Amino acid sequence: MIVEAGHYALTLALALALVQAFAPLWGAAHRDEGLIGVAQSTAIGQFVAIAFSFGALIEAHLVSDFSVLNVAENSHTAIPTLYKITGVWGNHEGSMLLWVFILALFGALVAAFARALPPVLRGNVLAVQGLISAAFLAFILITSNPFARLDPAPFEGRDLNPVLQDLGLAIHPPLLYLGYVGFSIVFSFAAAALIEGRVDAAWARFVRPFALIAWSFLTLGIAMGSYWAYYTLGWGGFWFWDPVENASLMPWLAGTAFVHSIAVMEKREALKVWTIFLAIVAFSFSLLGTFLVRSGVLTSVHAFASDPQRGVFILLILAAFIGGALALFAWRAPLLKQGGLFAPVSREGALVLNNLFLTTSCAAVMIGTLYPLALEQMTGEKISVGAPFFNMTCGALLIALCAIVPFGQSLAWKRGDLLGVAQRLAVAGAAGLCIAAALLTLTSGGPVLAPLGAGLAVYVILGALSEIAARLWRGGASARIALARAWGLPLSAWGAAFAHIGVGVTLLGLAMTGFGAETIATMKIGEPRAVGPYLVVFESAQPRLGPNYRETVAKAAIRKDGVVVATVEPAKRFFPARETSTTEAGIATLDLGQVYISIGDETGGAIAARLYWKPLVTLIWIGACIMALGGALSLADRRLRIGAPARAKGAIAPQAAGAQ
Amino acid sequence: MTRKGRRLTLIGVALCVIAFAAGLALYALRDSIVFFYGPSELAEKDVRPGAHLRVGGLVKPGSLVKAADGKMSFVITDNAHDVAVTYQGQVPDLFREGQGVVAEGVLEAPGKFHADTILAKHDERYMPREVVDALKKQGRWQEGGGGS
Repeated sequence: MIVEAGHYALTLALALALVQAFAPLWGAAHRDEGLIGVAQSTAIGQFVAIAFSFGALIEAHLVSDFSVLNVAENSHTAIPTLYKITGVWGNHEGSMLLWVFILALFGALVAAFARALPPVLRGNVLAVQGLISAAFLAFILITSNPFARLDPAPFEGRDLNPVLQDLGLAIHPPLLYLGYVGFSIVFSFAAAALIEGRVDAAWARFVRPFALIAWSFLTLGIAMGSYWAYYTLGWGGFWFWDPVENASLMPWLAGTAFVHSIAVMEKREALKVWTIFLAIVAFSFSLLGTFLVRSGVLTSVHAFASDPQRGVFILLILAAFIGGALALFAWRAPLLKQGGLFAPVSREGALVLNNLFLTTSCAAVMIGTLYPLALEQMTGEKISVGAPFFNMTCGALLIALCAIVPFGQSLAWKRGDLLGVAQRLAVAGAAGLCIAAALLTLTSGGPVLAPLGAGLAVYVILGALSEIAARLWRGGASARIALARAWGLPLSAWGAAFAHIGVGVTLLGLAMTGFGAETIATMKIGEPRAVGPYLVVFESAQPRLGPNYRETVAKAAIRKDGVVVATVEPAKRFFPARETSTTEAGIATLDLGQVYISIGDETGGAIAARLYWKPLVTLIWIGACIMALGGALSLADRRLRIGAPARAKGAIAPQAAGAQ
Repeated sequence: MTRKGRRLTLIGVALCVIAFAAGLALYALRDSIVFFYGPSELAEKDVRPGAHLRVGGLVKPGSLVKAADGKMSFVITDNAHDVAVTYQGQVPDLFREGQGVVAEGVLEAPGKFHADTILAKHDERYMPREVVDALKKQGRWQEGGGGS
């Protein structure tokens, strides 16, 4: 019964979304406040309906209702409760439902908190949001109904894919979708601005919080996905340049560019058309990612069981939204009043350079991802574009970008003093060079890129700090004044500094992987084997029984200087329900680095094993968390807070002035 | 600086970055494209030994031989042609006889392949048997490898 109710709620949500898509649009065009007001109630109603529907599917999974096809195919009575819940979005239908749930959540957020928005803008934003929602709800109801019944119901489900039976599934997709889908709001704002034919600094102030939310979550989602792949696939790699990873990286790159360009728009009213364009591009890449994952055009870890009908449907949605938005852009963008130009050497100029690097690296990733698909369509030839391509293009561009990041952060708006900034950054630069030189001499004959990368990372981190320090100790202030200034410094300045420090920390983690060690060996029990500065010894290998699997667990002791510093239990699990096995890596975190052990088959007391020593590898993900923290700090800045009543009035004032 | 000058500077810098990126992309594309062949295509196309490529098909049942030192050999087949593969290292969880596999490595001699990476699908459901059969009838096998 509750399943049918869930299905009904989803249909209801589609109806509400359709109303939301057209009524406020009409209202906004005819300045009819009543019709615009419809948008808010429908947005919230739609959210409630989808939330109910999502809840109904979770309930069906919780009680293992195998008369529902989705539950029968992706659940099992024996799996732990957590995986029963996360299994809801561990499949195509359920994850699409999560997608629209988050879409509706953002729509409801705009409706609930953005009362400060001018009514016409609010109406248009929610209308576009409703249109996106309607398209995806129709997609779910027509091609991927999660509530389809199965008759007769089987006694037992087919189990959740064992690779997905992991805490990662509870965290990675929701975070990633919050990021992916969050850019829909940014897209809606851009489309609304184009429909209205007007955009100003106030618009930028409204969009920026949403862009920051989406960007922060996308950062975390990608990092979490990378860490999950790292520990669960047993290969010790954390980024494979897999097409689907690229699909999440592209909106991130475009979104990062957007977060920077909107700062220029907010402060200086410049780069308007470009910012609008980036907003469209960022969400277009989110849609492209959805298409790549769902349509089955490529094979990947992430690919869902595919159905050509779905691919075509999503391609239509993709074409309609991207094509529609770009057509709207071509038609309306010339109407937007151009902002002023600025001196090349200035904060704005640096941000333009940042945008250039980010968008070109985004384009490079796009070429590498789509070129094989296009080639196969045209010539039938199957190729894969490997990691070297991406490292050389995207990697090189982003490293070049890192070199200019501290400059951009330190340059003043309008007209910067390049020489002064260079002097201020001299310490950071010198420190970076020293680190690189020291590492090069210490590991002479070793990798060359790794020390240079580490030096660059140190320079980025210190550069970000030196900008803050320069502001605090300006004019040789005392420690007390500096502290007071630190308190008074706008949070967005702290946010930018933290985000850049995060970039440096991640870069440091990436660079240090160059100093890692790797051994593939067949090891007898009790036989020590060196990996990096550590010795690994397998003490035993025993079978063990889990709730829905059986496993062979090897107990490994990690020693340094004769002392056991950690023990880990890498395992090989076998899931009878699907007759598949997974590798559970044994990971010990030691001084921010990790010893990573994954085992293969055990034969006659000898274990096939891969051992890795990855120095400072955790910094890769810690850096991403620091970046997201930077985003959150920026978000908390009082100037930007959504729904801060006292300021919101002030925020409308320039809007009203601009309307004259 | 005049307005025109500023604009020109911006455009100039933009063009430099884009040219740099395009150059990189073209250069990198030349070196890091890996072609994918099925065993039949490999036999027909007469690929020169030494080429770096991917070979995909089914692991021929009964062909897998594991040596004690972690070396192994197996045969990739599409039921029309075979390729003998040697490999050292660990294989993915879903690697087994009769299952789809993609091997990346170097063609040593016609019909002999040395793999440095083995990719196997992460879930047998992603490539239904009927599809495999259909593809095999056409003498083609779509790449069924996981990205990692």
